Amino acid sequence: MTNVDARADSGTSTGTRTRTAARSGFRINSKAVVMTLYLAFLLIPIYWLVNMSLKTNNEILSTFSLWPRNLTFQNYMTIFTDPSWYWGYINSIIYVTMNTVISIVVALPAAYAFSRYTFLGDKHLFFWLLTNRMAPPAVFALPFFQLYSSVGLFDTHIAVALAHTLFNVPLAVWILEGFMRGVPKEIDETAYIDGYSFGRFFVKIFMPLVASGIGVTAFFCFMFSWVELLLSRTLTSVDAKPIAATMTRTVSASGLDWGVLAAAGVLTIIPGALVIYFVRNYIAKGFALGRV
Amino acid sequence: MDKRVNQKAWLLVLPVLVLVAFSAVIPLMTVVNYSVQDSFGNNQFFWVGLEWFKETLASERIRDALGRQFMFTLIILAIEVPLGILVALNMPKKGFWASVCLVLMALPLLIPWNVVGTIWQIFGRVDIGLLGYTLDALGFDYNYTQDALDAWITIIVMDVWHWTSLVALLAYAGLQSIPEAYYQAAKIDQASRWKVFRFIELPKMSGVLTIAILLRFMDSFKIYTEPFVVTGGGPGNSTTLLSIDLVKMALGQFDLGPAAAFSIIYFLIILLVSWVFFTVMTNLDKEEGPK
Repeated sequence: MTNVDARADSGTSTGTRTRTAARSGFRINSKAVVMTLYLAFLLIPIYWLVNMSLKTNNEILSTFSLWPRNLTFQNYMTIFTDPSWYWGYINSIIYVTMNTVISIVVALPAAYAFSRYTFLGDKHLFFWLLTNRMAPPAVFALPFFQLYSSVGLFDTHIAVALAHTLFNVPLAVWILEGFMRGVPKEIDETAYIDGYSFGRFFVKIFMPLVASGIGVTAFFCFMFSWVELLLSRTLTSVDAKPIAATMTRTVSASGLDWGVLAAAGVLTIIPGALVIYFVRNYIAKGFALGRV
Repeated sequence: MDKRVNQKAWLLVLPVLVLVAFSAVIPLMTVVNYSVQDSFGNNQFFWVGLEWFKETLASERIRDALGRQFMFTLIILAIEVPLGILVALNMPKKGFWASVCLVLMALPLLIPWNVVGTIWQIFGRVDIGLLGYTLDALGFDYNYTQDALDAWITIIVMDVWHWTSLVALLAYAGLQSIPEAYYQAAKIDQASRWKVFRFIELPKMSGVLTIAILLRFMDSFKIYTEPFVVTGGGPGNSTTLLSIDLVKMALGQFDLGPAAAFSIIYFLIILLVSWVFFTVMTNLDKEEGPK
């Protein structure tokens, strides 16, 4: 890579000059090649899934083709007409939304406290919160099952939402704290001088200032709750069964319905893609957890 | 920023404490409780002290799983971190294509983990998957359900596919914060591409790279769903990583005591390594920072 770029630098005279002199046509090409290869690597497996979802099982197993010969939407129809399938999606969306709301509501004041004040044990508390982000869900699967069964919350949406706060709340506090530190403290002080109470100041002035941080946090909470399977599968059986669990059970039951499985997979990618599209301008900063 | 001392801030932290106490402390105490007791069923427990811990630490099976886990984590870190940096360096800095790259790269991160497993399970199959079929057609003897090495390659490529974007996006965010003036100064000094990377870009990225490596370490150490869907821990036990082994033990065989002891050791290892990582890296940061 270094060699290529060094050569690119020496060959700038012939390249078409863009914004800065450092970027020659040749250099942009080598960048484009790397990016194209990487994006192709990312997209080809997804393309294959989409391809399979549009084929009949017969075609999947009998012939090998890069695109569907007999285009069919039957696999998608199966999912949209069978309640046990489409309820999986609804269940997932319900508990993911609940989790996102809970995580942000409790994390907002805590992140504010960590970003503004020193108090007894604050550093230890912060690290302890982060250790929960490190905890393997496998460790918690069995105790969660027993805990939620004993309080009668087994197989409810709120059980999964609460279980996912285990890793989402520490993350939300972490991200929000990073964003809040970037807001000058003078704003708080001015607001108090102007006679704002803490509650009104927080909601009317402070929250709009960290709105992008809240958006990014919501994105991350959504993401980690949406992709998690082990806990959501352990804590549900029928009423709140997430789509991910529906899929794994179908695999083990029939083992052959590749088309429907692929279609269900494609449908699980869509909510994520939509969410990314809405927060695309904040992604880079958000992934740095507000700490750049 | 200087912060004021204010003990009332505890009130603001209280909701988080209550919630995390419910969702983390109580379950963790349950685990600790099981780890020092044995049961003959019927909810009758008796004290066994550290017996399960001794058994776990001496167990061949768990040591093997731990070895595989470390190997997996080291391999994926060795691939994903350099590759992520390379991709970040080659991303367009702004404009339409930057948005396209960001959205496409974030896509694998938002696919449910079992679907990631399913995608690669299908993709790698010799009869119906593009990858398996192509490799087979090219004359490679590739079959991830039979051959341990093929299974390993499959889950590593899958993890690289799944998570390299996270490293790349973090590194990209670090690169974005470098002022254009730095590059111009380097150009005047006729710094080579390598020197620009080594003395400007890498130090500026060190903060976000610390986060990236830490996150990737923690998450790859916890990995369960993806390899479980693709290989189910097989062939044999060759891809049985720690979480897969633990779930087998706790939910499959219901060996509460040993599973609980295993859980605690597992958690402590993650904590310890993360803490070491974090301390070493923040110290390096301090040494390199102000001169």
